[in-house]
Amino acid sequence: MSANLGARLAELPDLLAGHLLLTVTALAIGITISIPLGIAASRSRRLRGPALTAASLIQTVPSMALLALMVPLLGGMIGFIPAFVALTLYSMLPVLRNTVTGILEIDPAMTEAARGVGMTDIQSLSYVELPLAAPFIIAGVRTATVWVVGMATLSTPVGAPSLGNYIFFGLQTRNWVAVVFGCVVAALLAIALDALIRLLETAARRRSPLRGAVAGGGLALLLAFGMWPIAGGERARTVATSSRHEVAVEMDGGRRPLAGRSLTVGSKGFTEQYVLADLLGLRLEWAGAHVDRRPNMGSTILFDALRSGSVDVSIDYTGTVWTTVMGRSEPLERTAMFIEVAAYLRAEHGVLTLGQLGFENAYALAMDRGRAAALRVRSIADLARVDEGLTIASDPEFFGRPEWVRVRAAYGLDAVHTRGMDSTFMYGAVRDGEVDIITAYTTDGRIAAFDLVVLEDPYQALPPYDAILLLSPDAGAEPEVVATLRPLVNAISADMMRTANLMVDLDGVEVAEAAAWLVDRISQPGR
Amino acid sequence: MTLMLDRVCKSYDGGVTFAVDDVSIAAESGELMVLLGESGSGKTTTLKTINRLIEPTSGRVLIDGVDAAGVEPVTLRRSIGYVFQDIGLFPHMTVADNVGITPRLLGWDADRRQRRVRELLALVHLDPETYASRTPPELSGGERQRVGFARALAAGPRLLLLDEPFGALDPVTRDGLRDDFRAIQRQLGLTAVMVTHDMTEALLLGDRIVVMRQGRVLRDAPPSEILRDPGDPYVDRLMTSPRRNAERLRIMASDASSSEAAP
Repeated sequence: MSANLGARLAELPDLLAGHLLLTVTALAIGITISIPLGIAASRSRRLRGPALTAASLIQTVPSMALLALMVPLLGGMIGFIPAFVALTLYSMLPVLRNTVTGILEIDPAMTEAARGVGMTDIQSLSYVELPLAAPFIIAGVRTATVWVVGMATLSTPVGAPSLGNYIFFGLQTRNWVAVVFGCVVAALLAIALDALIRLLETAARRRSPLRGAVAGGGLALLLAFGMWPIAGGERARTVATSSRHEVAVEMDGGRRPLAGRSLTVGSKGFTEQYVLADLLGLRLEWAGAHVDRRPNMGSTILFDALRSGSVDVSIDYTGTVWTTVMGRSEPLERTAMFIEVAAYLRAEHGVLTLGQLGFENAYALAMDRGRAAALRVRSIADLARVDEGLTIASDPEFFGRPEWVRVRAAYGLDAVHTRGMDSTFMYGAVRDGEVDIITAYTTDGRIAAFDLVVLEDPYQALPPYDAILLLSPDAGAEPEVVATLRPLVNAISADMMRTANLMVDLDGVEVAEAAAWLVDRISQPGR
Repeated sequence: MTLMLDRVCKSYDGGVTFAVDDVSIAAESGELMVLLGESGSGKTTTLKTINRLIEPTSGRVLIDGVDAAGVEPVTLRRSIGYVFQDIGLFPHMTVADNVGITPRLLGWDADRRQRRVRELLALVHLDPETYASRTPPELSGGERQRVGFARALAAGPRLLLLDEPFGALDPVTRDGLRDDFRAIQRQLGLTAVMVTHDMTEALLLGDRIVVMRQGRVLRDAPPSEILRDPGDPYVDRLMTSPRRNAERLRIMASDASSSEAAP
């Protein structure tokens, strides 16, 4: 077995548990609400329209957006609760619709017969209508199950651990084994749940206790297996981190100022963030804290979570805070911006900016070296005089930011076509000539590895993106936490970060190893 | 058990038009009364006012002199047997569960129910061993309607309502079932009201025929009287087809016997 696959398998119990817990609770609550609501809607025309419309409307919201929207709607809460609420809402439509249809489609002769033999409304429902509608309702439950298992993979960006962690992580680090692994496990889970529900249905229909026992036992087994890490997880995690503790004893002389403290480290969904989050986690664990890692969170979701204290520590970038949080668009010199951002975060949100990490990860326009030479382009200003239609690729977030508007206006790039693309694929796309320009991240190792050139920005239209270490209001008030993380300030150069990123992105090194390499470099700067 | 409808009306549009218009009819104990008419004549609506599947707009339904409006609908329906037009067996229940449904609603214990089901299946000429555990989709049309009769009789009603009970059956099955039904009804002394659009069926089965048209009673008399004197051009028209068929059959029979007599 490859080391990569082994690492994925090691993460499986925790992620599968998170996924199962989300799926099963969301389905259970969704079904518990939808079936009675469906019954009521089948009986009341006045309720039917609004109920079905509301459920359909929820369905039209893209699932990713529905999940992300739950965070601000629930006051910045992240993790299980927003994912659970979104998945519950999402699971309701198929069950609700099929319950209503199943009951309304019953031959009126059947309900008349039920009344004719002397049944009350409730008896008609339980003896006749529900049994006759059951195949429809169960079909709805099965649809909901498959949907929810699939959609739960999208709960990673709101900070709920799921099998989606494999997919998001894998896409960002070009680790296709992880992506396929996540997809396959999610698909197997959907198939298994679907088959067990179908088995339960046949057991009920044929009144076969044997089938019922097999299906019920299978479900119980799956749940028990999936939930085990939640019950016994504390112990498992302690074992996994014990070797790191030994290192910590060496480093800090055995002092564990954060013992018994539980801290959450949040990160966005790209390699650098994974590595830095792991680095933060390592330091906090050395100090004795129990660390909860929430990778792959959406940028604004992460900030909301930090502000509200759902996340204690994160790494952000001055330019990002400047534009997306503060809503500013004018450029500013690097140090001045850092000072303004830090002051703003403290005053407006109580967030403590512990300091700069020591490197910038800015957006920079980059081109293939050969292509740039052929077009005689060296700076962004040169692009305006290129006649042939140029295409620029970036993550979709960038084209919505004010700095793109500014770059376009400053350099007269209105004729340039834009193409939204996951950042994982940009570098390959520009190397292979599929697009002409990309918005590279300056710490991405692939700039050098793929022989790309970064275009000069003479008008300084792109703001600085200094990496900064942020603490939530509560965590910022704890001297032990501050002291534990302060050594990271100004400890990481752009070169170090680039190398660590490249290790993960191109050499397939595990994130934990890259983080360990950084630790090594930080503690022994001379080497 | 006697049944009397006293000036029963049913309107669905607040009194502008009437589906049942001032119907007053009565059945003696043990009598089989046939409500005869075309579709839309109000015969089925009239039938359904008796067990309050449809509430009359005005008028009274008296069962053994008691006003049905004063009886809880569910209680009323459990005490009256009902055979549905399209049989109305519950497809997800076994024959035994279908037949035993009203006793179950009445809270009979399982033993008593089971005995009753076997008794009734035997009464409608279905072998309990063979049929009790089957489900309706596994039965023929005739068998299903026999189960339908058994279900209607399960709780021992004294009054039986039948909505076109033989409509969906082929002629041979229909004749056999009709005879069996008539014999059971007589044997148990049930008062029965049957809806049909078939004059021949009405003449063959009914103790009394009520001809309805556009919600009104056109003629209310025993078959012998109607045969002698239809009393109304519309009733006369309804008689045309059975008469013509009877005449044709008589001629054919005599032709057959005369050709047999010839050398």
